[in-house]
Amino acid sequence: MAKYLLLKHYRGAPDPVNSTPMDQWTPDEVTTHIQYMNEFADRLKETGEFVDGQALAPEGEWVRYDGPGSPPVTDGPFPETKDLIAGWMVIDVENRQRAVELAGELSAAPGAGGRPIHEWLELRPFLSQAPETAE
Amino acid sequence: MDERLLRSLIPDTLRILIRRGADFASAEDAVQEALLLALHRWPKDPPRDAKGWLISTAWHRFLDAARSEQARRRREELVLAEPPPGPASGKDDSLQLYLLCAHPVLTQSSAVALTLRAVGGLTTAQIAEAYMVPESTMAQRISRAKRKLAEAHFTEPGDLSTVLRVLYLIFNEGYSGEVDLVAEAIRLARELTKLSDHPEVHGLLALMLLTEARRPARTAEDGRLISLAEQDRSLWSTTRIAEGVNILQRALAQDSLGEFQAQAAIAALHADAQAPEETDWEQILQWYDELVSQTESPIAKLNRAVALGHAHDPASGLAALAQLDASLPRHTAASAYLHELNGDFATASRLYSLAAQKASNLPERHHLIRQAARLSGTDANGPWPGSGE
Repeated sequence: MAKYLLLKHYRGAPDPVNSTPMDQWTPDEVTTHIQYMNEFADRLKETGEFVDGQALAPEGEWVRYDGPGSPPVTDGPFPETKDLIAGWMVIDVENRQRAVELAGELSAAPGAGGRPIHEWLELRPFLSQAPETAE
Repeated sequence: MDERLLRSLIPDTLRILIRRGADFASAEDAVQEALLLALHRWPKDPPRDAKGWLISTAWHRFLDAARSEQARRRREELVLAEPPPGPASGKDDSLQLYLLCAHPVLTQSSAVALTLRAVGGLTTAQIAEAYMVPESTMAQRISRAKRKLAEAHFTEPGDLSTVLRVLYLIFNEGYSGEVDLVAEAIRLARELTKLSDHPEVHGLLALMLLTEARRPARTAEDGRLISLAEQDRSLWSTTRIAEGVNILQRALAQDSLGEFQAQAAIAALHADAQAPEETDWEQILQWYDELVSQTESPIAKLNRAVALGHAHDPASGLAALAQLDASLPRHTAASAYLHELNGDFATASRLYSLAAQKASNLPERHHLIRQAARLSGTDANGPWPGSGE
């Protein structure tokens, strides 16, 4: 089995095919979209491939250590140009092919007009633990 | 096996171990072990005397643990170091347990976890699942909390108001997992009303019951949030409303107002309206005034602005809102709502969309996006990206 991280972006990803912003969909289209996302996660739970998934708020900041005795330095909010993660899902699947297949399904979530969004998702393999046998 | 019955026996078992001379931290561990054993064994082999079984199992666990510590400390010293059992009644002891678990030296998340375990009788695994953290993290949080309590030596007494806040936090966490924290918070608040006559304890229970009464109407089958005005009021639980109102009236009769009573009064006024247009906003506004004077809470002021928008006119509500810090949670959502009331749908749609970006949870974000979508006309061009969650 191999773990993959599926990343969804607020911005920074190439433009999707169906790019109408969500607040210009009809309320029913919003509902259908959310249902699709929930059912996708539920299906992965049933197949035993779901590990974790969370959504992130769009706001955030940079933080770094500023030496002993000083509070950490913060910088934010993020500039408009920044690549911004919207959420993630961790899946544990047989191989890369299966991970790509699932990412494709997720990207087909319906958007405006009920048509698939064709959103670009980032797929990143986890670096795994060293196996016991690899001396 | 009735798990709720089992859980209800936990605080008494703990209390009895402490009365026998066990220190709180070890007693609490021993009771948790007995609870896990009961959950494992009782389904196949139920005891004749559930409480007796729990007490003797927990006590033996405590003694075993104390014996294994003998290398470091002799057991006699351990027992002698504890204050002798005082003349306090069981009722006082039980109240002490609540106060201890929500002690002001603890962080709120620790107090919540400890209350759920020691008073609520939940297992560490259940609490971890409810708060979506690994079990080892939750176990660590609980044992650190107990160490902190042991260091505090209880020179400062517990505080009933922190207990109420902890129960309210548990209530608001809702029900995402196997354990229904709403029901659990109500159960604990109900137990607390048997231990304390303080009107705020009763006010909190009333508030919980009146809020819980609307739960069947608050979400659609697909998990969608339904706003108060759009709820099917025939789904509200009349039994819960009646009980909540009854408890609230008795609390108010004690003539010592507090924030939970004021919030419960507002919930009761909403519950009293058969349809949204029958809502007595004038009275609700008066209770918000009361709540603001009790707490000076900016959130209460925000909600008051919305009530003012209904009681008088949306423009007054917007004017009151403008006085408040725009970074308050739900400030943008409240502004969107009042603009919609005012008939300015384009602004409302734009603000709902903005509020969705600021929402702190997904159901709320989805709800706000839907509101924006509902009102969006040709001129609405919110900044929402072309994807959902």
